[in-house]
Amino acid sequence: MLEVAGITQIFGGVTALQDVSFAIHKGDITGVIGPNGAGKTTLFNIITGIYTQTSGTVTLEGKNISAFPPERLARRGMVRTFQNIELFNQMTVLENVMVGMHTRSSCGLLSCALKMPWSIAEERRIRKGAVKWLDFAGITDLADVTAGNLPFGQGRLLEIARALAVEPRIMLMDEPAAGLNSQETQALGQLIRRIREMGITIVLVEHDMELVMDICDRIVVLNLGMKLAEGTPREIQENHEVIAAYLGEDD
Amino acid sequence: MNRELLKFLAFSAMVLAAPLYFKGGYLMNVLVFVGIYTMLAIGLNLLLGYAGQISLGHAGFFGMGAYLSGVLTATYAWNPWLAMPLAAAVVGVVAFLIGLPILKLKGHYLAMATLGLGIIIYIVFNETIDLTGGPSGLSGIPYLELGGITFDSDVKSYYLVWSFALLVILFAVNLANSRVGRALRAVHDSEVAARVMGVNARLLKVQIFTLSAVICSLAGSLYAHTMTFIAPASFGFNFSVELLTMVVIGGLGSVYGSFLGAALLTLLPEFLRAAQDYDIIIYGALLMLMVMFMPGGLVRGIPDFFKMVIKGRRGAGNA
Repeated sequence: MLEVAGITQIFGGVTALQDVSFAIHKGDITGVIGPNGAGKTTLFNIITGIYTQTSGTVTLEGKNISAFPPERLARRGMVRTFQNIELFNQMTVLENVMVGMHTRSSCGLLSCALKMPWSIAEERRIRKGAVKWLDFAGITDLADVTAGNLPFGQGRLLEIARALAVEPRIMLMDEPAAGLNSQETQALGQLIRRIREMGITIVLVEHDMELVMDICDRIVVLNLGMKLAEGTPREIQENHEVIAAYLGEDD
Repeated sequence: MNRELLKFLAFSAMVLAAPLYFKGGYLMNVLVFVGIYTMLAIGLNLLLGYAGQISLGHAGFFGMGAYLSGVLTATYAWNPWLAMPLAAAVVGVVAFLIGLPILKLKGHYLAMATLGLGIIIYIVFNETIDLTGGPSGLSGIPYLELGGITFDSDVKSYYLVWSFALLVILFAVNLANSRVGRALRAVHDSEVAARVMGVNARLLKVQIFTLSAVICSLAGSLYAHTMTFIAPASFGFNFSVELLTMVVIGGLGSVYGSFLGAALLTLLPEFLRAAQDYDIIIYGALLMLMVMFMPGGLVRGIPDFFKMVIKGRRGAGNA
């Protein structure tokens, strides 16, 4: 589904990532873990077109997407969420999700402003679709709340609902459990599973090991900008190099 | 949706009835200006209030519309109804071509670049004397005519200008509550998230910059044909600041707020004749006060104020 090959990222002399390669399988939940500063978020930013890597390629369903900007990736079915949730704070919850339907609608500036019949029909379709995703995330009753006023946990749900409205084939989530309490984290785990059941491939960067070990099919471990290990949760838990990286060398 | 339509109909009725109330007095002339400035303020508001991109050069687009219409009709005897759309098209193309590189800039840099653009346009008006008449202005611009009616009196100009202004209002209200309007506000709130959702932020900014310039050009053409005389002084940096003040005072991201801002800034000088030489200082002070105490502009600030007063009274009654 998604292949990352030989990714190297150098920020003014600092090597953030060095020759990282791995593949994400269709329908999997893949976790990307590693100690702070391992380069996980940098890797996400490269895959999702926010940074351009120094070298290496990213391939999505056989297509080289290395130089694609985020808006083009959305059209190809890739979407992401952010560590510090990036909502449209001055818009309502419903409107946020309606923006998610952008690639699934097409009315341009003039047909919108002149309120052509097809733009009215499309607007109705967008609204209906957005409500459906609010239902899915369980935040329908918040539809008219201004997004900036949401508590963090609900903001996270909104961000996920908005990403789903893009109808992606692959969704990257940057620390979805950060800032959530244990109850919310558990609900999040359930939600991620339900998303996978819809056939969406999921990649997540996460520090909450309980969540990662619970829901991930495969795990990629990064350390100091390099890939340290890759495998099933069980394999990773038993990997001595991984344990050493997290707890410090001892032998 | 229907509430927007109702609001628009109520506003239109008010606009149409106003001349009956003012009975064609001097104020009619001022209200013609309010119409033109409302169009300008809405044009700038689409860019600044919705998309969150500043421009300190919009007086330049206003002037380009006025001069293109003026020169084509006064010097080359074109039909004004042909000159007006041509001017708008030329301004649109120019804005698009300039917008492509300029809108890559953000914040202060964009402000500086558009400031420079406005000043360059102003200098062109002043220096191409053969074409524009230079600092002494261009006269002999014909009035608009339609079906045997010449729009030469204040009342006729009023209905002409406000027909256009109402169309611009409807256009902007529709746009604001649509897919494109949401995308604009999304870019304003978080450009990166908007792009991740598939919004081509760069293209959208250039599009709205172009649309905004075209609306200003249209207002400029109307200005030329109702005044019949134009001079560069009306299209300088001061006027760009005045436009910005209208938008901020009225309310960023509110179409009817733009009308309030335009009305206040047009009517205020009429009542403050004595302070004429200090207008730019008064605008500056107003801008500062608004940003400090009414960041949502008049359109949100006035209802909030009344709510506060009512609450205060109730509070006092209970005590």
